[in-house]
Amino acid sequence: MNNFKHIGKDFIPHDVVAKVTGAAKYAEDFRADGMVFCRLLTSPMPHARVKNIDATEALKMEGVLGMITADDIPAGPPGFAPSLTKEPMYVGEPILAVAALSEQAAEDAIEKIKIDYEPLPFTFDPLESLFPGGKDARSDGFNIGTLAGLPPGTIKWTAADFARVKDGELPMGKPAEEWNFGDVEAQFKQCKVVYEERFVTAALAHHSMEPRSCMSYWQNGKCFVHASLQSQSFALPPLAQMLGIKPEEVVLIAEYCGGGFGSKGSAYPCMVIPAYLSKKIGKPVMMRISRAEEYYLGSARNAFQGSIKVGFDAAGKLLAADVYVVQDSGAHISFWDYRAFGDALALVYQPKAMRWRGIPVFCNAPTRTAQRGPGQNQLACIMEPLVDRAARELKLDRVEIRKRNNPVNGSLAGGAEGKRGPVSSAYIKEALDKGRARFNWDERKKKSGQKNGPRVTGVGIGQAFHPAGFSGFDGLMCLKPDGKLHIHTGVGNLGTFSHSGTARVAAEVLKMDWENCVIERGDSRRNLPWNIGQFGSNTSYTMTRTNYVAAQDAVAKLKEIAAQDLGGKPDDYDIDGSKVFARANPSKSLGYGDAAKRAIALGGKFDGHDLPADINPMTQASAKAIAGTGLVGVAKDNLPSSGQPAAFAACFIEIELDLETGMHRIVDLVSVADCGTVIHPMGLATQIKGGAVQGVGMATLERLVYDPQNGLPANVGLHQQKPPSYLDLPTEMFTDAVDKADPTNPVGAKGVGEPLMGASAAALLCAISDALGGHVFNRTPVLPDMIVNHVAGRPQPRKPLSINTQ
Amino acid sequence: MSQPTAAQIATGYSRREFIKRVIASGAAVSAAAYMYGGLTGCSRKGRAAGGVERLISLNVNGQVRRVDVLPNETLAMTLRYKLGLTGTKLGCDRGECGACTVIIDDITYNSCSTLTHTVRTRKVLTIEGLAGPNGELHPVQKAFVEELAPQCGFCTPGQVMSACALLKHNPKPTRDQARLAMSGNLCRCGAYDNYLNGVMRAATEGAGGVA
Repeated sequence: MNNFKHIGKDFIPHDVVAKVTGAAKYAEDFRADGMVFCRLLTSPMPHARVKNIDATEALKMEGVLGMITADDIPAGPPGFAPSLTKEPMYVGEPILAVAALSEQAAEDAIEKIKIDYEPLPFTFDPLESLFPGGKDARSDGFNIGTLAGLPPGTIKWTAADFARVKDGELPMGKPAEEWNFGDVEAQFKQCKVVYEERFVTAALAHHSMEPRSCMSYWQNGKCFVHASLQSQSFALPPLAQMLGIKPEEVVLIAEYCGGGFGSKGSAYPCMVIPAYLSKKIGKPVMMRISRAEEYYLGSARNAFQGSIKVGFDAAGKLLAADVYVVQDSGAHISFWDYRAFGDALALVYQPKAMRWRGIPVFCNAPTRTAQRGPGQNQLACIMEPLVDRAARELKLDRVEIRKRNNPVNGSLAGGAEGKRGPVSSAYIKEALDKGRARFNWDERKKKSGQKNGPRVTGVGIGQAFHPAGFSGFDGLMCLKPDGKLHIHTGVGNLGTFSHSGTARVAAEVLKMDWENCVIERGDSRRNLPWNIGQFGSNTSYTMTRTNYVAAQDAVAKLKEIAAQDLGGKPDDYDIDGSKVFARANPSKSLGYGDAAKRAIALGGKFDGHDLPADINPMTQASAKAIAGTGLVGVAKDNLPSSGQPAAFAACFIEIELDLETGMHRIVDLVSVADCGTVIHPMGLATQIKGGAVQGVGMATLERLVYDPQNGLPANVGLHQQKPPSYLDLPTEMFTDAVDKADPTNPVGAKGVGEPLMGASAAALLCAISDALGGHVFNRTPVLPDMIVNHVAGRPQPRKPLSINTQ
Repeated sequence: MSQPTAAQIATGYSRREFIKRVIASGAAVSAAAYMYGGLTGCSRKGRAAGGVERLISLNVNGQVRRVDVLPNETLAMTLRYKLGLTGTKLGCDRGECGACTVIIDDITYNSCSTLTHTVRTRKVLTIEGLAGPNGELHPVQKAFVEELAPQCGFCTPGQVMSACALLKHNPKPTRDQARLAMSGNLCRCGAYDNYLNGVMRAATEGAGGVA
């Protein structure tokens, strides 16, 4: 497809006006007749067993309606976070919930509940849990495990494995998983420079602005859930499972979501608490989550302790890499950041040989989950400063050394020998070139190290990667007798406007004006197809495909109807956006609205009564519900898909670093995306900038800290966690895109959200390193005190492998 | 108490002044302030923190509204749970994020940290009160739409209110002045640059004279 009517053009998404007027309804904005409130009793200890709960007095109090505990909610699979627990494994883990006429009454009742806790050992250091006989975060015998492919298990290292710890080295005992390709030792021998470093990346909260409040009630055999979710259709089956009912018995309303960044990707345990309470007391229940509770329930990025050894030849080519990642996974099953770290290294820098080893270990911190660029962005933060170190030592330009290693179309993504597959497209070199020109890198790098009083200029480049799409989901749309196209989309509303950007592909295929398109989304009663969630930088790729195939189905049906009514073969006909007409005689035509009426009259496949066999049952049900109301376009995405869609980003930053205070000021920031064909330029620009903002936080501001003696969280407020504010960013930010089509997507699109954060985080860390003459901290975040200590030649208070407690 | 000057507003006035006012008015913001107690009128008698509801008049968005208010009730809760004005968002309920920003007598306030009883004689303007009589968007709202300023949208009402107050006091701010004035409003999506674009566009289009 070329000469697009909609793709690559700006438009006003339908939900933006509601956002600026306050009309947009988030979970806590809904009310129901007779609605009451609930409050949670959360654990005051990092690990304990609840031996007894005495709520006798509490339940007699005025206004108190009922209570649920872990006994009232079926347990999930082993290792996964429960909704309510009898063995809390972090401070803030919910133990019970009380419903009352008011929050005050619920809170007063909770004060009267007597709980007998048996304190249990706790740990915030994965290495402690791996030490033979060391303390474990859980009492079920499991100390490792991750979301997919690694069920909960136990690994203990030997005392001999820890021999090097006293020198500050990472012990590297038996990994949970590993892979390698090429001859790593042989390649290291060819290297001109080899760096072997241990590193730490801190956990940081997602802190979405909307805490995950939720309101639920039961009506006519269905459970209504008003939730804060990034995803719509994808979250429904797991939510139903947690509620112990069928997916069709859940009404899920998630039209707006006040930020998620990975933490609201699918159904999460606490969101069923109001539903279970509502079932018990027979009233709608609103659960408002406080900001502090959001730090307990809202997830965080996995933290790492690791070792990285990389070797470059004299030309700056990365020949070999050997990495070991110990992931601090929090108390329950978490995401596989540690894998993504290795995969991203193998792809972005294309080493000739590499070994990756990893182990995800539980500790008594709140549940961790995927956060924008899970693993890939930690890799960017650790690897990019090392690339600069090599460039400095080998006297190479920093753009050039990156381009010498970067992948191109068809380059292999990470993984074991024989299991590596190609990427669908890779234009990171082009992104670097665009950034280089836009930032005026060649001139600006000369400012590196320039002093102005105590302030030193530093410039840095960062690059990052994330997989960028899936295939195999369904598209559903209906052309109505009034000529309007209703595009049903089961994707969520994370704030990227991609629910609409990708829906415009349907308008593109049908050549329709956007004014004649209506988007159906955000509420499972709107008959939505089976779509994957809005996470993993996938929407732009995945949903352009589903909308493309369903629209193609609609076009085929339009032509068939025209051929039936007006004579000839379907191929004799074409469409122009409002009618289907005979190519040979354009006056022989049928308007879209009339064709929709004919579709209804014809029935069968035309109006959705006969459906393709390969679509998901959820799509089947939705299509059946709209059958007979127009011409239904419905199809599963069976388009060819060769290679892993891959998104890349590059970022260039100039800073002034004050050596006396350790504070930096970003003077300029330019970020460039390789996201395939640009679908929605303004939407892309704001994503690029937003990713860059989060990268600034990851690199220099945000971390979770716990008191090692009592296991209490030290920072559960925005002012302590320090997500970036207006004043942490330059007054103006600049963006660009490569805008080269991905060959495996019908409109050339692929996702990009996540690497934008990693690229800016890495660029900022590299700029700080540059201002310090090349010093690399091998740790995130880099805090002002670290800089001041370094400048003064003082030892750093944080030990090289210390994690979570400083 | 003296009103803050426009210069104070443009340079990030507010929380300190707010705290001073609360202390001076004899009320204390306690940790219990976020607990909501009045939806069904089940006030709990004899509680120090709770007390009983009083029927008061509030001037909100140009209308006088009669409402029962607890002594410890915050303006955000009155707006959201008693007046149905859910456009004002609660992001932290402790004056850190700015999502609950409203304008009271032309000055921005965190409504989560403002006791409703303290605004009885004053004019409260919320996000719902900005649009014109026929629903036409306020120039700041219009500019935010045109600049695609929001992402997830949760902090947006607060951002809009801060921008309106800024432009009222300083109709032609520099981008740097706007950045300072808006800095009490956090946005985790990181849409700051787009919000600033919106403020500058609204200023160009003369939003300062409105609302």
